Order: sequence, then structure tokens, then C-alpha cells
Amino acid sequence: MAGRKATTHVNQNEPLLFEQSARGKRGYRLPKLDVPAVDAAKLLGASARADVGALPELSEIEIVRHFTRLSTWNYAIDLGMYPLGSCTMKYNPRVNEAVARLEGLAEAHPYQPEALSQGALAVMKSLSDCLIEITGMDAITLQPAAGAHGEFTGLLLVQAHHAAQGNARRRVLIPDSAHGTNPATAAMCGYEIANLKSNAQGMVDIAELEKMVDGETAALMLTNPSTIGVFEPEIHKIADILHAKGALLYMDGANMNALCGKTRPGDFGVDVMHLNLHKTFSTPHGGGGPGSGPVACKKLLEPYLPVPVVRETAGGKLALDFDRPQSVGRVRAWYGNFGMFVRALAYILANGPDGLRQTTEDAVLNANYLRARLEGTFELPFPTRTLHEVVFSDRAQARLGVKTGDMAKRLIDYGFHPYTVSFPMIVPGAMMMEPTESESKAELDLFVEAMQAIAREIELDPEMVRTAPHTTRLQRLDETAAARKPVLRWKPEQV
Amino acid sequence: MAYPVEYLYTKEHEWILIEGAAATVGITDYAQGSLGDIVFVDLPKVGATLIAGAVFGSVESVKAVSDLYAPMSGTVTAANEELANAPEKINADANHTWMLKIALTAVDEKSKLLSAADYEKYVREETGH
Amino acid sequence: MRYLPKSAEDRAAMLAAIGVDSVEELFASIPEEYRLTRDLCIPAQHGESEIVARFRGWAEQNATGYSSFLGAGAYRHYRPVIIDSLIQRGEFLTSYTPYQPEIAQGTLQAMFEFQTMICELTGMEIANASMYDGSTGAAEAILMAVRVTGRSGAVVARTVHPEYRQVVTTALQHQGIQLAECGYATDGRVDMAALEAAITDETACVLVQSPNFFGTIEDVAAIAELAHQRGALLVVSVAEAVSLGVVRPPAEADIVALEAQSFGVPLGFGGPYCGVIACHERFLRQMPGRLVGQTVDRKETRGFVLTLSTREQHIRREKATSNICTNQALVALMATIFLSVYGREGIKELAEQNLAKTAYAAGAFTKAGAKVKFAGAPRFNEFVLDLPKGAEKTLAALLEKKIIGGLAIGKWYPELGANATLWCCTETTTRAEIDAAAAAFAEVR
Repeated sequence: MAGRKATTHVNQNEPLLFEQSARGKRGYRLPKLDVPAVDAAKLLGASARADVGALPELSEIEIVRHFTRLSTWNYAIDLGMYPLGSCTMKYNPRVNEAVARLEGLAEAHPYQPEALSQGALAVMKSLSDCLIEITGMDAITLQPAAGAHGEFTGLLLVQAHHAAQGNARRRVLIPDSAHGTNPATAAMCGYEIANLKSNAQGMVDIAELEKMVDGETAALMLTNPSTIGVFEPEIHKIADILHAKGALLYMDGANMNALCGKTRPGDFGVDVMHLNLHKTFSTPHGGGGPGSGPVACKKLLEPYLPVPVVRETAGGKLALDFDRPQSVGRVRAWYGNFGMFVRALAYILANGPDGLRQTTEDAVLNANYLRARLEGTFELPFPTRTLHEVVFSDRAQARLGVKTGDMAKRLIDYGFHPYTVSFPMIVPGAMMMEPTESESKAELDLFVEAMQAIAREIELDPEMVRTAPHTTRLQRLDETAAARKPVLRWKPEQV
Repeated sequence: MAYPVEYLYTKEHEWILIEGAAATVGITDYAQGSLGDIVFVDLPKVGATLIAGAVFGSVESVKAVSDLYAPMSGTVTAANEELANAPEKINADANHTWMLKIALTAVDEKSKLLSAADYEKYVREETGH
Repeated sequence: MRYLPKSAEDRAAMLAAIGVDSVEELFASIPEEYRLTRDLCIPAQHGESEIVARFRGWAEQNATGYSSFLGAGAYRHYRPVIIDSLIQRGEFLTSYTPYQPEIAQGTLQAMFEFQTMICELTGMEIANASMYDGSTGAAEAILMAVRVTGRSGAVVARTVHPEYRQVVTTALQHQGIQLAECGYATDGRVDMAALEAAITDETACVLVQSPNFFGTIEDVAAIAELAHQRGALLVVSVAEAVSLGVVRPPAEADIVALEAQSFGVPLGFGGPYCGVIACHERFLRQMPGRLVGQTVDRKETRGFVLTLSTREQHIRREKATSNICTNQALVALMATIFLSVYGREGIKELAEQNLAKTAYAAGAFTKAGAKVKFAGAPRFNEFVLDLPKGAEKTLAALLEKKIIGGLAIGKWYPELGANATLWCCTETTTRAEIDAAAAAFAEVR
């Protein structure tokens, strides 16, 4: 298959809702009141509202056209590959959406009687059991709303454990290759952060680790495989060093897509970890959420799990257990992003054990294929074997004045979303790519051809690449102006 | 990049102009170049205490934040209010855009700072420029 | 497996290009001792029809065909059907966080519209593009107040949702923040004398909810004055967002932490929902969460970008205003569409219907022998009802008639007694359902 693939559809400019609004237009009709009307002003007195303000007034077709047109400006997995590293932008199965909308699940009130919620509780128990088996852990909470929230919850468990042992411990170790949420979370838990420098291969420096771990170390926050896609070869040593000093091993589960069905973190010494259902388990990103960040842990941390926990009663029914005196408390109202539990469980059922394993194998195959086809063109900073993602450096192209961010923008003209730019920070000019298992060989080949074409363009016309993209409706938006003079809302007096 | 010889410099890319017991502080041209378009400057209030080597504020561009480190100890006597609305002045002329004026409390700290020539050498070594 | 787009030939060609004989070689970096040699013990692969059947079975084990008077932070409002038809478009559903603005203007413009509408409804100057939910939003708002004031304490009203208060306590436990509680008066509102006594020179903010957990609308202006006099900020949590259609916005607040679930988000057994933080412009740099800003491109065409990212974790790392990364964008889009459908007149009419149904129910239940508490202050669509024949018995009797009655709240407010229940009526509650519940009260022995 030669040639470029289609770029995203370029549509007309679509104004803001408020700019199309006109008094008297209606998009709704409420049924007539079957009870006596009330005089709100009289009933509420000083608490009554005079005017709602500048909400738009539009007809239904205008609303449908507005958002439909807006949607055509977005790139999406349904259109093509996102090679974003550590985001795991895989196919979002539609059966997940269908089952999430079944009335009994979609319209369940979180406070309805447990006897009438057995189905919802069964979904939670079933998902919990699957995730525990997948991770090789002993217990789990589904309550955290996203990965960062899960990290926070995981560190709370760590903190509670150490406090119960009589020494709260002050410090968390974080590798310099870590995602920004890791140190942000550790700070929120009141921990000091010690930066663990990577070794020459971009992995944990075991000697450094040994020096740094002491009686004040609460935990190491590790991403495995690392953000450069490499499985820590000495993972057992890492776990042993920590455990010898009573410290715990926290694993950031963002890269589970490389491990699912092939190995289990619980087996290689991890004490507590979070999962990203919106990454590994196919729940949709939706333009920035919702996600879900369950936290799985070993038995030693189980008493501290947030309330409530789903358990089976003597009668074989399911119930919510609130009687947990050592719990760290509650990280969210109710039980978590239940809608994402439904979707993740549907994904797990669609795959089964063989499907999950094959998925992981294809994810790793795809990433290694990209690596093999692109390593002649782009510099590979570390020769180590990589799993589901690969990080190149822009060094070869930077010599000609074109950087990773420029090439990423030019990739848009070829119909792809950019790879992850400038992360992880241990690779200067990083180009981080994770294709996931959802990409066909044809799509990968198109991507490889695009990247190689860009490399050739840099030799012939670097300025053109530096000023990309050229085919989108908007180009090079002024982010400086947006930050210097923030305009964060539409105002009625604006023209 | 020429660095004014009457200033002294830190390895964190701040400059300081000492006039008796008072001083003026800013960031160097190299610093503004590395940051890119500056969108916001966070400075301490008048009366705040500065401790040599400690963070006293920050400078933000769209994609990065840099801490500002006090070159010498003292008390803030003035902060450049213009930077609240026009932080881009630093990009235009970092060497002559002041951030703080301070009353020094330990003038002999200046012995730890770099001369213009030493700073220029340091920048060349660090970046290969 | 049907989600994997590769043939055997494809895989063979790819392995050849890589230079290995089998895919197992690619996993050689995982130490042998940790490589699984068995299948995971999870259910076998299901066909699509089997998946649907499985979930249908679970859905049928949940309450369907019941009328419900439950509220307490999660509200049953009618969801216009175009919400799901629009958000299920792949370009919205399966798109990523809009870090590349040129190919994400759909998400960005919709978020800008969302931020605008939240400002209009809450009376605040700026709003972010969503937090996880109302409970975590309240906690983040307190942390914001602590950063802004440099003080280390907060006073939380007991009339704030009990689970929100638990989340606040859990979130703040390692930040050295002193939390104090303040009780309520006989009218169900915050006790002003108790509040005054609880505020100290170290109080960064007061957190109240309005309408509060009992459904009662607080005197936000008075609370604000008290807090501000003492140099503290006022954070107002709003759990029932539809109230803003008819209740005056908490304009005297410094920060509003809103739960937008009422704006077209399914009840869904507790989540995903949609928190938002809105506040005054001067607190901009202390705000957590993503912000969408307006700008122009190089051809001077208007466009939108994520902005002020330097507050966030991917740049600030340990000095970030929050660790939040993925938030609730698609749910915020549901709210944006909901508010577009109802619009300026509709949100008012919707809120008025909620008021009317609730007033009717309060009257009907009183006639049936129950006692509505906290009469002295205005309410929106919830009220606390004392069930004189016993809450447990009455609610059980109602369940027999396929009516889910109000929530028993004695476990959180023991001083209200075991018979205190919290009832909610929305525009979806019919007169027939209310009359049936009232009749059922009478029948309880």
C-alpha cells in the first residue's frame, strides 16, 4: 500500500455555542407539571436566583451540528494510530459501551439497597478477582479515579503500613526517568523525594539504590518496564534490597501492556501497584478521561485498603464492607468509576487468558518491528532489548536544526498523531513510541514510511519540517500568548 | 553573548550588580534563551528575606519552570512590577531587565560568585556554545 | 483474537524484519523464573453475544422498574438522548488528551464552552476542565485555599456530604492541615455561632455545601462575611448542580467545587462523575487541573489550547498544584451538551420542576404522618423526613411495593435518630409515585 493515508477532515470554522445563541430558541421540552407549580421567588426568598446568565439558547439540530462539526476536528483511535509512549492507545471495543448502558447498570443509584445491587457488586467482584490474578497480588481497591489517584492511594497504603510498624519513614525514592505524577503524588503524601539516577543503560543503578535505601526509606516507585520500554533485569535484586531494609516496592502499572499474561508483578516482588484501566484494559480516553486507577497489593497492605471493600457474605450474597478499622479512609465518594469497571471487565471477558497473552505478544511484536525498521534512521540511545515501547533520540536530525517536536508536528501532515515528545527526560530529544497491539502491519508500515519520509525531508528542506504542520485547519497555535494573557472563557461583551 | 563585566554571576544563571550595600538581581541572556518565551515571573514581596543559594521565586515559559536562586543574602527593597504584565521584557533584554533590588546583609558573599569572563567560560563548557 | 489485526503472514514477516525466530525471544529480558508458563485463571474467551448475555444477567440482578427517592449526592435527572449519540462518536470517545491542539480542537473548544457555562452558573470568574468528582474537588479546593493563604487549617461544616468529608480527611492527612468541624442549627443550616468559634487565625478556609446534605440552602453571604472577616476563604461545594437554575449562585465564595453529575451524567452506581473547580481570577495559578485557553494560530485564526500547564504534574513534578493527570473530559462533554439542550430558559424550568415536585412530596408525606425536619430554611429538591413508624420497617414496606424510599442517615447523624431519612424528588418523579409512597406510609403497622 503506497502513498499517504487520509488526513483528518478539514471543516469550516464553527463558532462557539454562545455566538449562535438567540433568545427564544429551544432545544428541550419538559413534560407538563403533574403537581402544583410553585413560586420559586416566594419559596426561596433571599436564596432565589434572578437570572441564570449567558447560557446558550439553541435548537436541537444546531446542537447536533455544532458538536458533530467539532468532533471532525479531532484525531482519534477510531481514525488511526496514536504512537504515544506509555499511553497504550488501543482499540476501545464498542461492546464495552453497549453493556455499560444496560439499564440495570447505568441507572443504578450508588445508595440503592445492596439486595438490589447484586449485579453491580458482582461486576466489581468479578473484575477484582481478574485483576488480582493478572497482577499476582492478594487484594485490590477499585476506588481511585485515575492512575495518579491510584498512586496516591498506593502511597497511603505504604504510609499506613510503616506507621503501624512504629516508624513512619520520611522518604520515597523515584527514578529520574519517572512520569511526573510520581513525584507530584509523593509530595502530596508528605514524603521527601530522593531522586534515583539511572545508570548508563537508563535502568535502575543497583549500587546507587543500595546506597540510598535505609531505615527512612518508605518505598521505591518503579515503572516496569521502564519508560524506555526495558524490563528491569535485576528486578529481584531491587525487591530484595528494599525488603531487607523494610521498605516496599511500588510499581507504576502504566506499562502493564507489556506484561499481561506473560508475567505478574506480584511474582517478581512488587508489594503494591496501580493499574490504568484506560490504558491496558481498553476503556476509552474520551479526550482526557474518565480513567480508573485500581490499586492491587499484597496481603500485608490489605488491612489498610480504602472503604468499602466488596466481600461475599455467609449466605453467598455480595455486600459492601465498611467495618475496616485500619483503613486509610476513603479516596473518592462511593466505589470508584464503576462505568469503567464494566468496560474493563467486558474487555477481559472478550480476551480470556489466551487473548490477553496474544495481545501482549502483539504489542511487543509491534514495538520491536517499529524499532527494527526505524533504527537505521533515528538514533537509539540504549541498545537494550525493549518490550512494548521504544524511545529514539532526535540527535541525528538535531544536527540539521530539526528537533523531536518539529518532526512530531510534521507527522500530523502524514495523518498520524505525534509520538510522545521530550519524555522521558533521561533521553535528550526523546521520541517515545508505543504502537499497541491494535495496529495492523499496514498501519505500522505507513507510519514507518512517514517517519522515513520526514527524515529525508529534513535533509532537503529542514525549514518546511520546522514549520509543520501545513495541512491542518489551524497551525502552530500561540501557546505563549495563551499563557501570558489567559482567556479561559467566552464573555458576552466579546465580539 | 556578551555579559556585562560590572555584574557578578551564579552557576544558576542569575546576575547581580552590587552598588555598596545595595544590589540589583536579574537572569542572564543564556537563561532566557534556554527558557524560551517567558510567560510568568514569580517574585517575592518587598521585605522578604533572601538567603544566598536558596530559591526565591521562579520563571515560567510555556513548557518549563525554572527556580530562581538568590545570588547573595539580603532583604527585598523592590520587585519589578512591570514583569507582571510584560514578562517578555526579560526575553528582549535579560542583561538589563531587573527583577529585584535588595539590601545586602553579607557583602563578602560576593567572593563566591563568578566574574563575567568566568561565567562566559562556564556557559561554554556546559553547553558547548 | 478479533481485536488483533494481524494474519500469520504478517507476524512472520515482522519477526523476520526484527531478526528473531519467535515472539518468545522478544520476552527474553524477563527473567525465566518470572515468566508465566500457565494460562491466567480468568474466564475463558467470550464471544460478543456471550459478553452481552453475561452483563444482561448482572444488570437484571439490579433494581429495574423501581421508583426511587434517593439523592444524597447522586441525582436522577432525565438525560437527553443526543448526549449519548454525540459522545459516542469515535472522534470524541476515542481521542486522547488534547496536547496536540491542531488535531484536538473539537475537545478543546467544547471544554472552553464548558468552562464558560460553569462560570455563568456559579458566578465565578474562571473554571477548570474537570476534576474526578465533587468529593475530590472539595479536597483539592481546600488544598488550594491553603496554598493561597499560607495557613494550615480548615473548618468543615457537618452539613457537607459525609462521604465528601471522609475524602477530605483522607486526602489531607499527610499535609499537616488541621481540620475542625462545625455543627448545624435547628433550621438545618450551618450554626453561625459554632462557625465563629471554630475559625482561628490559622484557618485557610471554611468548607460548606449548598444546598447542603439535608437539602437546605445555606446563607452563603453571611458565611462568607464571617470567613472573610477572619482572613479565611470560603469554599462552597455544590452537589446538586441543577439547583443553580433557581437558587442564587454562591457568588460570595472564593472557590466553588461543583459536582456536575446532575448535568446529564448517568447515575452508574457512583461513577464516573464530573467535578469542577471554579474560582476568582486571582487564584488562577493555584488552581489544579487542566485549563483550556483561547488563542490564535499563525494565520490569526481563533483556536484553543491547554494552557498554564506549568502548574501541572508533567512539568512541575513534585511542586505541582496537584498530581491530577487524566480527569473526566468525556463526562464534562456530557454536561456541556446537557446545558446546551436546556439552555438559559430550560435550566430554570428544570430547576423549578424539581422544586415543585419536592414541595408536593413534602406536603403529601406530612399528611401521611411523617415529619419534615428543618422547616426554618429554604430547600431545593431534598429534605429530611422522620418516619415515626420506624425507618427500617417503612423502607422495607416501600420496597415490597417497588419503591426505593429515602436514605437512612442516622449512621452519619446519630443525633437525628434512627428514623431520619433523606428524600429527593426530581423532574422525573411522578405525582403517582409520590402518592403511592405516601399511601404506603399509612399502611405500615
